[in-house]
Amino acid sequence: MTERIVICTQELVKQFNTRGGTVAAVDGIDLQVRRGETFGLIGPDGAGKTTATRVILGLLRRTDGRSSILGHDSMDDTYAIRACVGYVAQQFALPGDMTVMENIRFFANVHRVGRKERRQRIPKLLEFAGLDGFTSRPARLLSGGMKKKLALACSLVHQPQVVMLDEPTLGVDPVSRREFWNLLGILRAERELTIFVCTPYMDEAERCNRVGLMYRGKLIAHGTPAEVKGLVPGRLIEFTPSDFDRAMALVTGLEGVLEVQTYGLMLHVFVDETATRQQEIQCALSAQGITCKGMGEIEPGMEEAFIGLVRRARDSQ
Amino acid sequence: MLESLRRLGALIQREMIQLLRDRTTLGIALAIPFVELFLFAYAVDLTVDHIPTAVADLSLDDQSRALINALETAGYFDMDVYVADEEQVIRAIDAGQVRAGVVIPPGFSAQVERGNAQALILLDGSDSFTVQSGYSAASSIAQDRAMELMVKNTGRAGSRAGSSGSNLSGNLPISSPIRILYNPTMDDLTFIVPAMAGILLQLLAVNLTALSVVRERELGTIELLLITPARPMELMVAKMVPNILVTSLAMANIVLFSVYWFGVPFQGDPWLFAWLSLLFLVSGLGLGLLISTVAQTQKQAQQISMLLMLLSLLLTGFIYPRAPMPPLVQAVGNLIPLTYYVRIVRGIFTKGIGLTYIWNDVLALATYGAVVMVIAAATFKKRLD
Repeated sequence: MTERIVICTQELVKQFNTRGGTVAAVDGIDLQVRRGETFGLIGPDGAGKTTATRVILGLLRRTDGRSSILGHDSMDDTYAIRACVGYVAQQFALPGDMTVMENIRFFANVHRVGRKERRQRIPKLLEFAGLDGFTSRPARLLSGGMKKKLALACSLVHQPQVVMLDEPTLGVDPVSRREFWNLLGILRAERELTIFVCTPYMDEAERCNRVGLMYRGKLIAHGTPAEVKGLVPGRLIEFTPSDFDRAMALVTGLEGVLEVQTYGLMLHVFVDETATRQQEIQCALSAQGITCKGMGEIEPGMEEAFIGLVRRARDSQ
Repeated sequence: MLESLRRLGALIQREMIQLLRDRTTLGIALAIPFVELFLFAYAVDLTVDHIPTAVADLSLDDQSRALINALETAGYFDMDVYVADEEQVIRAIDAGQVRAGVVIPPGFSAQVERGNAQALILLDGSDSFTVQSGYSAASSIAQDRAMELMVKNTGRAGSRAGSSGSNLSGNLPISSPIRILYNPTMDDLTFIVPAMAGILLQLLAVNLTALSVVRERELGTIELLLITPARPMELMVAKMVPNILVTSLAMANIVLFSVYWFGVPFQGDPWLFAWLSLLFLVSGLGLGLLISTVAQTQKQAQQISMLLMLLSLLLTGFIYPRAPMPPLVQAVGNLIPLTYYVRIVRGIFTKGIGLTYIWNDVLALATYGAVVMVIAAATFKKRLD
């Protein structure tokens, strides 16, 4: 069974020393990522996703607990991890004055990819990433999306079994984001690559096999996206009130209302039961002269689940 | 081992590509020591001449005028102001109007006749170079005059005694034969330029390495460098190799320029000089690596290297002799590779001596380089924190 676990952490803790004392960016997380799956570590900015990723990779010293990739301990077998893991950092971390080809060749050489394999792999990877027309362009002149694709291509040139991506679509336009995720889909399907991705975007979380929700250094929920969504109790009603602020105050106090979230000009209301509560809300609002448009039940998405879970975690802390 | 070399090859290639692509930085790195050498060599003239001087001549006779003339014609003193007494001379120095003063007491000619003439030379002590130059110039001129007068006196005494002045030199008041070795004309350039090459190249070596590591940290590219299987030692060596080439080139340029432009004589063995310079440069690069493990930003790295530059100017024997310094200050000087190199470079360049005479400095420099490397390797992080 353990053979199937690729990335594993137990009670992983990472503290940073600051002037005001120690701050735990990662505060005892247990993670298990299985072979061939796409695992999404999701959470708001500052939750500790990047720190957790770096500690697992051995880029940061861990304070306590255990972490390993493919059975290699993050601290003791750092170089074994280097050989079988690809990594795409959050910011663009390739030298901008080197061309696309020079960058990818560097990673091939430093990983001691043989000349023959190199000749086969590099053109394939560049074609795969859609960079084959830009081989002699300095990396700094690439668009945001192309930079990410170059970083991905560089991380794959030594044919790792695992690739870890830290917010790979940050600052990338929607079209390039979709392209990037299509690339990840191909990698998973064709190479059975295990993919570990950090992201704050809920639409990306939905694309993962399993997700872990991280908040303030702790893992507050994990499972398949459906399981995580199921963790939020109740059903979800959506509507657009004519007087937003009053409606929100009013609905929050009603019986059977579990949680109210704002969504643009709409209200998302979690209730214990749909049919009767929907009636009651409508009555209560119209009694105060508030009309509402488009009221109806919707399927809660990752975003609603995420907000609900984070709010609950914040309240309990 | 082979694995390590292959990784090293990839890393060095990466550094070389970046070095050669950034032509401006490379150009500046090569040009700056050149420009600095040129400017310094002309600006740092340790002899001060044409010192503005105030004169209070209370005698106004032949001898006093002769002395003033002698001081002026030697080129060290410019008699700008004539005042009435010593007090006014001091006031002129206080006001910054002049930097030196000459006070000649009344009845100077008569005193000269008697052989007990005394003239007062006042020097502005706030500028130690003026004091040094002025003092040595004035005393040598006064001595010259005293000798002249003395010769005249002895001549007169001799004629009175009827012995026709046969044994003149034996009666000279001071006889101190000085023969200056290696730098017979006391040319400051010969003294300054070889060591100047050292200080400029130390700065270049330290800066290039420290900044190239710290820049990776600032840009975040260090993250993807650390995620490769490259070991810290390999990363260090790869950072140094291109800089060895650049600094060696700069060193060769400066030495050729010194010899052919400034005409500083090169006395020693060029190959010995080259090898020891390489050792010096490697020590400097190692020191740069060490700084890069402390400095988090390029600004910090530059501040540290400024401090190093200042300490190098003061403590290494580059300008000021080290012997009178207190032991603690000397110890600080020992932490700077230039301290050893100044003696080596003056030894080989100016004196033309061989390894036998400088082996202890060579040994010290080699030890220094090795220690710096070991410390840098131990502190060069394989992680981000």
